[in-house]
Amino acid sequence: MKKFKEKLSGRIFFILALSTISALVLITIFIFVEGMPLIAEVGLFNFIFGMVWSPSQGHFGIFPMIVGTVSVTFGAALIGIPVGICCSIFMAEFAPARMRSIFRPAIQLLAGIPSVVYGFWGLIYIVPIIRDRLGGPGLSVLAGSVILAIMILPTIISISEVSIMALPRHYKEGALALGMTHWQTIWRVQLPAAKSGIVAGVILGIGRAVGETMVVIMVLGNAVALPESILDPVRTLTTNIGIEMGYAAGKHQQALFATGIVLFILIMILNITAQIITRRKSK
Amino acid sequence: MNRNKIIIKDLNFYYDDKQAIRDLRLNIPANEVFSVIGPANSGITTLLRTLNRLCDLTPGTRIEGEILLDNKNIYSEEISITELRRRVGFVFDVPTPLPMSIFDNVAYGLRLVRRKNKKTPLESVETALRQAALWDEVKERLKSPAMSLSGGQQQRLCLARVLALEPEVVLLDRPCSGLDPISTAKIEESLTELKKQVTIIISPHNTQQAARISDRVAFMLDGRLIEEGANIEVFSSPKDKRTSDYITGRFG
Repeated sequence: MKKFKEKLSGRIFFILALSTISALVLITIFIFVEGMPLIAEVGLFNFIFGMVWSPSQGHFGIFPMIVGTVSVTFGAALIGIPVGICCSIFMAEFAPARMRSIFRPAIQLLAGIPSVVYGFWGLIYIVPIIRDRLGGPGLSVLAGSVILAIMILPTIISISEVSIMALPRHYKEGALALGMTHWQTIWRVQLPAAKSGIVAGVILGIGRAVGETMVVIMVLGNAVALPESILDPVRTLTTNIGIEMGYAAGKHQQALFATGIVLFILIMILNITAQIITRRKSK
Repeated sequence: MNRNKIIIKDLNFYYDDKQAIRDLRLNIPANEVFSVIGPANSGITTLLRTLNRLCDLTPGTRIEGEILLDNKNIYSEEISITELRRRVGFVFDVPTPLPMSIFDNVAYGLRLVRRKNKKTPLESVETALRQAALWDEVKERLKSPAMSLSGGQQQRLCLARVLALEPEVVLLDRPCSGLDPISTAKIEESLTELKKQVTIIISPHNTQQAARISDRVAFMLDGRLIEEGANIEVFSSPKDKRTSDYITGRFG
């Protein structure tokens, strides 16, 4: 009887675990089945490098949106990575235990704020500041980058902090025992040793920025055009789907799924890279 | 007996409420191998760590008394800790190579110090590796990662890394635990050679090693210094019964 129970519970957990994976498989199959016919019809090259997005006239080019995604993500990374890594160094190496016990949950909380709230805040505060101080419509690459940078901080900070804290104690003691200063130890020994974990955290953070939708819908301005400066509005791959899905039908809908395929592959590449890097570290 | 390199006056050391060293007084002469022996938890590692202030890294510790290095208290305000740690090197009980190449492990500390003499890094690295009896084994592969060395080689690399800084004192905390006899012999050999230039304080991994290499021996128990004297005196005619019990293997 007891053995039967053991077996049964094992099975139940297996089925539940399987359902998670099958969700992934089903979604993947679904977006590919829906999106591939359009890519086949328009041609992969024309789809990815096409400059005109005008579904009603049969133009399906998403290049401006790829540029939009890349530019906003790059901007977010440019702001978020240095701030995030510095913050994780502070947490792992300088913060007294009590301060750390306040900082860590506070940073986790940052991850818990709903993205629509970030977007709303950005629209009400960041966008007007950019419009008034720097010019342009305010709805811009810069606004999106600033807010996304804040949003990816928790990912970068917590993963980097953990990988610095997980270093063998002897790296630090060995370096200090050689008469290095604390800063030299961090910069020349601990950061290089924790590099793979930090890079993995950065990539996951970037993945989050690429996939984020709500915030960018609200603050980017959503114009389908190549931006000429960081003060210009852009549209990202995610916003394209988010804005148009409500009224799209037929080929237009297929084109949105095809956009989803591009996005999906982009994020898969980022996540797999992060996994490979972390796995290489544990060897 | 040589002049005293290190003088320890009434040292008490606490981890939170637990006292690890009690009223310790000790003079350590220059250019000798000084062994501190005793069972585990006697405060030996703590003692070594107080000598180059590695103990500062452990939160919640407190120290009383004075440690004089060349008659200057290393716990006084005007002592630079990094400078002190370059003068007083430390070799840990487990090999602690840094995650970089063999060459860089040794050259690394050097690059951070502004050197007085004009030796190139390569010369200094070679000298240090020779002193640690490792040069012949690694000269062909200085660029390979330090982690690819065997445990014994790694430990000699750590010794070389310390020696490259040309320290005045080298502390070794059970440096041969877990090492093969050949590596152990090589380390012992280089220590005997090295004492011409530096003062060596070692916590040997057994009493035989202490008897082989030391000029003077101190026996510690439960944070207290029980007995201290020349190697032959301590091992052939210990004054305290606890010392003789320990060295004849009755406990510890």
